[in-house]
Amino acid sequence: MQTPEEFELSRRGVLVGGAASVATVTLVPIGTATAATPPAKSPPTAKVAFEVNGTVRELELDTRTSLLDALREHLHLTGTKKGCDHGQCGACTVIVDGRRINSCLTLAVMHEGEKITTIEGLGTPDKMHAMQDAFVTHDGYQCGYCTPGQICSAVAVLDEIKAGVPSHVTADLAAAPAVTKVELRERMSGNICRCGAYSNIIDAITDVAGVKA
Amino acid sequence: MKFDTPATTNPIDQMKIVGKPTNRIEGPLKTTGTAPYAYERHDVAANQAYGYVVGSAIAKGRIASMNLGEARAAPGVIAIVTADNAGKLAKGDFNTAKLLGGPDIEHYHQAIALVVADSFEQARAAASLVRVEYARGKGAYDLAAAIDTAIKPKASFGTEPDSAVGNFAAAFAAAPVQLDARYTTPDHSHAMMEPHATIAAWKGDKLTVWTSNQMIAWSVGDMAKTLGIPKENIRFDSPYIGGGFGGKLFNRADVLLAALGAKAAKRPVKVALPRPLMINNTTHRPATIQRVRLGATADGKLTAIGHESWSGDLPGGGPETAVAQTRLLYAGENRMTAMRLAVLDLPEGNAMRAPGEAPGLMALEIAVDELAEKLGMDPVALRVLNDTQVDPEKPSRPFSQRQLNKCLETGADKFGWSKRAKPGVTRDGRWLVGMGVAAAFRNNLNGPSAARVRLAKSGVVTVETDMTDIGTGTYTIIAQTAAEMMGVPLDKVVVKLGDSAFPVSAGSGGQWGANSSTAGVYAACVKLREAVVQKLGLASDAVFADGKVKAGRRSVALGDAAADGELVAEDNMEYGDLAEKFQQSTFGAHFVEVGVDAMTGEIRVRRMLAVCAAGRILNPKAARSQVIGAMTMGAGAALMEELAVDKRFGFFVNHDLAGYEVPVHADIPHQDVIFLDEADPTTSPMKAKGVGELGICGVAAAVANAVYNATGVRVRNYPITLDKLLGKLPDMV
Repeated sequence: MQTPEEFELSRRGVLVGGAASVATVTLVPIGTATAATPPAKSPPTAKVAFEVNGTVRELELDTRTSLLDALREHLHLTGTKKGCDHGQCGACTVIVDGRRINSCLTLAVMHEGEKITTIEGLGTPDKMHAMQDAFVTHDGYQCGYCTPGQICSAVAVLDEIKAGVPSHVTADLAAAPAVTKVELRERMSGNICRCGAYSNIIDAITDVAGVKA
Repeated sequence: MKFDTPATTNPIDQMKIVGKPTNRIEGPLKTTGTAPYAYERHDVAANQAYGYVVGSAIAKGRIASMNLGEARAAPGVIAIVTADNAGKLAKGDFNTAKLLGGPDIEHYHQAIALVVADSFEQARAAASLVRVEYARGKGAYDLAAAIDTAIKPKASFGTEPDSAVGNFAAAFAAAPVQLDARYTTPDHSHAMMEPHATIAAWKGDKLTVWTSNQMIAWSVGDMAKTLGIPKENIRFDSPYIGGGFGGKLFNRADVLLAALGAKAAKRPVKVALPRPLMINNTTHRPATIQRVRLGATADGKLTAIGHESWSGDLPGGGPETAVAQTRLLYAGENRMTAMRLAVLDLPEGNAMRAPGEAPGLMALEIAVDELAEKLGMDPVALRVLNDTQVDPEKPSRPFSQRQLNKCLETGADKFGWSKRAKPGVTRDGRWLVGMGVAAAFRNNLNGPSAARVRLAKSGVVTVETDMTDIGTGTYTIIAQTAAEMMGVPLDKVVVKLGDSAFPVSAGSGGQWGANSSTAGVYAACVKLREAVVQKLGLASDAVFADGKVKAGRRSVALGDAAADGELVAEDNMEYGDLAEKFQQSTFGAHFVEVGVDAMTGEIRVRRMLAVCAAGRILNPKAARSQVIGAMTMGAGAALMEELAVDKRFGFFVNHDLAGYEVPVHADIPHQDVIFLDEADPTTSPMKAKGVGELGICGVAAAVANAVYNATGVRVRNYPITLDKLLGKLPDMV
């Protein structure tokens, strides 16, 4: 099955192979040699304490643990979702010290002493936050998987506009930004909804903001 | 219950609860993060370990060797599953490629190992230490290059690859106005937000999986076959599914490897497919090359309709049925369709939202727009003129209902279609503005569906069925159905879904779920009503309303029927031959306005309207969401979605959500949806049809036609990106 093409691998071709290598008939693959395997070392751990939804939580974590996995796997706060684990989808959005972030893109141990609000901290089924209620009323979701991230983002977006933080579509950087659909769509674009509830989500947010839809 | 004659009046017709735009009953759970998805079930099994999947780094060939030594020695590693040590595994009936590859590799990122460790971080780190040597084989990855080798595929689901009526060749040759054009649609990815995920646990020889799956019974069957154990020993539980779109119709690597991993580790194992693995590891909508030929008289009557489609798939796979709608959508005496299938060694092609019609209408509905222009006709008028109320291949067979013309005319009126100008002349500042239209068409399918209903002393009605809610609104429409049938308010109904311990439903796919599953609940409720009436000693024509059962002068609380024990009824709705006697389809019209930047060619969707005729709409709020979501996915197909094929190494290059672009908030304007008032008595006692796939059908063509109207540039190769417009835009004044 070896063909001359095998020897014409581009640099890109090697890169797509990733950690694996492509064998040829002449090479002795490094990986199959009986190289001495180094003894397993336990991964380094560290203690971290932060406040989640008003409660101080102390954890000892593998330092590679993302804030997202600390919430989902260690604190069992599974309302925050893992959609891509790469900061591409926004499903993991939480509010840290008043700012929304992708919790998959940050390590838990970097948040010592900080205040984290997750979807569970905004409201409960019996006592929903106004934004949660508006999402139900406007059917601003379908499968529900991106929804906690959308809601956390929406809550933070209204605060950002109130605080005067401009966006890419703010025409006048000196003036206070307004709650318009164009502003909301721009600011919410880091939160993907594959079910395509965008039109309804914007209606929900404008409803909460008290702006005429 | 067998449904073999058209429905007459029944309790659903009261429409006191069914047909109302009710909020989703599970809404408070989804919006507060308390609806449990597959990977989150910390409560169901103690001591869960983490599995991390290793994908093949070649598209075709074989594994020459695998060295697991370093990975095994890595901290926290409990077990590693490979084809070498997994035991004998059969391939599921619904899978084309094996879910666990090796030594032979069938496609890029085919799973070849699962590393199980105490923590996610440990499993991921150890997975990167699995050393694999491959012998790369030669594969075919380029559809355009492979179409000469494409063959006539076998009939699938009773559909022949070719159809012919009259004499297409002669009629087309003789037609005074002809269109003959080629179109291409690229590979698409479902890209649902929740990755495929499973927690698996064994108790003795019994397996339970908490997973994310659209079709529970199919998947239990395939898992039994794959593992070689009885179906009775397997339980699937899938109450919440974070999107599917066809990508979760069948078992994927997560569920098989979680089961194998849990066996090897001797403890429960959870596995989610990492996002960058999903696109090449799972299925996708295959690319097509399509040729459409339309022949018409000078006044616009179609006399010849021809549609051919080429697509590719792995050996043993099937074609993308992109010609399906063309057999039914327009009148015309002389017709032909043909599908050809090439072998491609790309990841497995399979169903994605409206398989067949979605890419088929992307081509056909541009072709109709092109023909309208050749004829000098309005494209709405051309479509209206060529309506048919019967199956064009078999005129003795009528459509059960067909309001396509009303969809087109209503939409034209509401959208302000009369303001549409000739191509390339409407300006709004720097924007070239255009409007486009396309017909939407998707067949209605019904499937057998069973449910169990329980009545408690409290008057609460509990529905149990293995039906799934993939965001479609199933929980709510099933609750509405049971509430209407039993005469109780919505908050007295509990709906339990997605558990294989429940009666087998139609499942979610092919837009058959809503009508089929609620019809199953209807059947079970009819039985429960009989049991209630008998228990209470009431006349059989008793009325169920306001939480009471009334007959003559007697009125009894419904719950009293369960005073000395819960009443339970179960039934399965089955279908006779009404779908053969009548062609049951759903119809719509999409209207789109776009702006195209006159200098950069950037395309922005400014307005979207869909008008749908799809039988009784069980919940207009949830149904509207299905349609706007489908319009969004259609806008993606028109403007951005394309899996880029590496034709040398055979894989989709842009295999994550940054590379495979889907619409975001900023891409989508406010969307309007109008449902025409309909109830189709031939489909089921619910008189409903599907709508979730209808919504995507035709959208991309409407966008494409709007871009043409804005710019005068006709793009026949999707997606319509600005590079395909640059250099061809109207001169700047």
